Amino acid sequence: MSNAPVNNGRRRFLTVATSVVGGAGVVGAAVPFIASWNPSAKAKAAGAPVEVNISKIATGQLVRTNYRGKPIYIVRRSQDVIDALGGHEDQLNDPQSNEAQQPAYAQNQYRSIKPEYLVAEGVCTHLGCAPTYRKGDFAEQVEGVDYGFFCPCHGSKFDMAGRVFSGVPAPLNLVVPEHSFLDDNTLIIGVGKGDA
Amino acid sequence: MFENFMAWIDKRLPVTEAWNKHVGQYPAPKNFNFWYFFGSLAMLVLVNQIVTGIWLTMNYEPSGDGAFASVEYIMRDVDYGWLLRYMHSTGASAFFIVVYLHMFRGLMYGSYQKPRELLWIFGMLIFLVLMAEAFMGYLLPWGNMSYWGAQVIISLFGAIPVIGDDLTTWIRGDYVISGATLNRFFALHVIALPLVLVVLVFLHILALHEVGSNNPEGTDIKKPKGSIPESEQSPFKYHESYTKKYDIVDAVPFHPYYSVKDIMGVVGFLLLFCWVMFFAPEGGGYFLEAPNFEPANALKTPEHIVPVWYFGPFYTILRVIPDKLLGMLGMFAAIGMLFALPWFDRGTVRSIRYRSKWHLLNLTQFAICFVILGILGTMPASDLANLIGRIATLGYFGFFIALWFYSKNEDTKPVPERMS
Ligand code: HEM
Repeated sequence: MSNAPVNNGRRRFLTVATSVVGGAGVVGAAVPFIASWNPSAKAKAAGAPVEVNISKIATGQLVRTNYRGKPIYIVRRSQDVIDALGGHEDQLNDPQSNEAQQPAYAQNQYRSIKPEYLVAEGVCTHLGCAPTYRKGDFAEQVEGVDYGFFCPCHGSKFDMAGRVFSGVPAPLNLVVPEHSFLDDNTLIIGVGKGDA
Repeated sequence: MFENFMAWIDKRLPVTEAWNKHVGQYPAPKNFNFWYFFGSLAMLVLVNQIVTGIWLTMNYEPSGDGAFASVEYIMRDVDYGWLLRYMHSTGASAFFIVVYLHMFRGLMYGSYQKPRELLWIFGMLIFLVLMAEAFMGYLLPWGNMSYWGAQVIISLFGAIPVIGDDLTTWIRGDYVISGATLNRFFALHVIALPLVLVVLVFLHILALHEVGSNNPEGTDIKKPKGSIPESEQSPFKYHESYTKKYDIVDAVPFHPYYSVKDIMGVVGFLLLFCWVMFFAPEGGGYFLEAPNFEPANALKTPEHIVPVWYFGPFYTILRVIPDKLLGMLGMFAAIGMLFALPWFDRGTVRSIRYRSKWHLLNLTQFAICFVILGILGTMPASDLANLIGRIATLGYFGFFIALWFYSKNEDTKPVPERMS
């Protein structure tokens, strides 16, 4: 080989060209293997955003739905309940919702888009049990607060904005999922405000 | 007859040549001790895992609906299914016990030092793949701890800025851990990673045989050709690929000397292994955790999510660092430090026997911190546990930092040229 007539420039060009083309081929061939790990059409359909008709929810009522395997609570809060939210903030862990447990558009005192509607995952931030809605008799748990959520598993307590009370096992406020209103009567869960 | 047969083969495939080079005429230091059992034991356990694993797949059903029930079926209805499963689950813990001791031997005798850096790197790659293999295997029984353990570990990747959320969805193949996740973990666990593991072990052994084993004295048994008089050389016949370049001292051929020694190790190991497998297959809740006797339930988190014991040290490092992203980086850095160990150690004396008191102290504190981290990893978090965990984490990383400083000009003892 060493004394064979060799055009080194041409050989280098061919080596580089072959490597580049071959490399591009490898990258292209990798696409299906990597992309096949994405959620399948079936998984996407099962995880698609959920629309909820809210026109029939009475004041004070809690409605449940399901989104990506998690129970979602939708509560229509009365004006009294809304007004009372400011009254017990000194007993809360994170009254200003500083922890990223909600989208930015729900980082307010109500933890919601419209004060009237609370949308939150019904999953205790301690160990994932489902907190129960205590309508009028929550004062047994927290003096002076009539409405709230109480987790039967280990006694964690949340107010009507899903904010956790101090001194319970759950460390964080309930998660508010991405959601928005398609019109006055339709809530959609899984599509954030402004993303639609 | 046999000779003719071997001659026929050898003309076509160098079997006798390979046997002589790697087994029959392979020079191994004559002073191997207890700590040198664990390489061959690791190979034994690897074979055990592969064989019992293949048999388990014959009855296991990789689906969200069927997995848990199929494991119960194996345990109750398949003849000797319980034995195959316990061989596999006990084998997983045994694998890590053996490998941790194997690695600690390397630390004690400086086996990672020049010229064995690449051998060490292959070892670390094996360790990494082994952890991935164990993690994915633990999801397969689809018990509640399987589910939540995977949940915690996969969600770690969510801490990576920008791509985190998409990455976790991609790993799961769904928005929650589901049958899709289970199926891909199954594929990786039973075929992809074992193949990689076997190739890596092969390269590990080849790299070992290229440089030769270290030994408890940390000396070289291959001396420059012509530097040792014939009468002082090891009296056995070695393969010419070694004797061409070196004079061999203080060695014995691997076979029959160490093949027989390793059989002793195997017998002792199997005694312990069988005792655990037959009398304590759950390993007191450390090998098979109690919440895993209930099926996976996305709405019911176990009271304490703790990993299997062998992930304990790294899980504790993750947990005691208060920031999720930093915690993850800390955990991976803990493994990265081990990879880089050959370069943290700037010394030339290998064995702990001839190194300074500082090194003995440092290695001891490292071992203690590692055990403490491991124990904490299997316990629920508390303020006290976090405090102790943080101190032990400092000790873990401190080992490498301190080593880098003192190993440059270490006060070592003279290393004897020859074994007595
Ligand atoms: C499946 C896992 C493994 C197998 C089957 C395996 C196998 C072996 C065998 C058979 C030996 C020679 C016998 C002995 O020295 O004990 C050896 C040596 C060695 N292994 Fe491994 N090994 C494994 C994992 C590891 C890991 C995780 C590391 C470290 C990160 C490692 C580092 C070493 C070193 C440094 C040596 C040379 C030790 C010396 O000569 O003093 N190995 N291995």
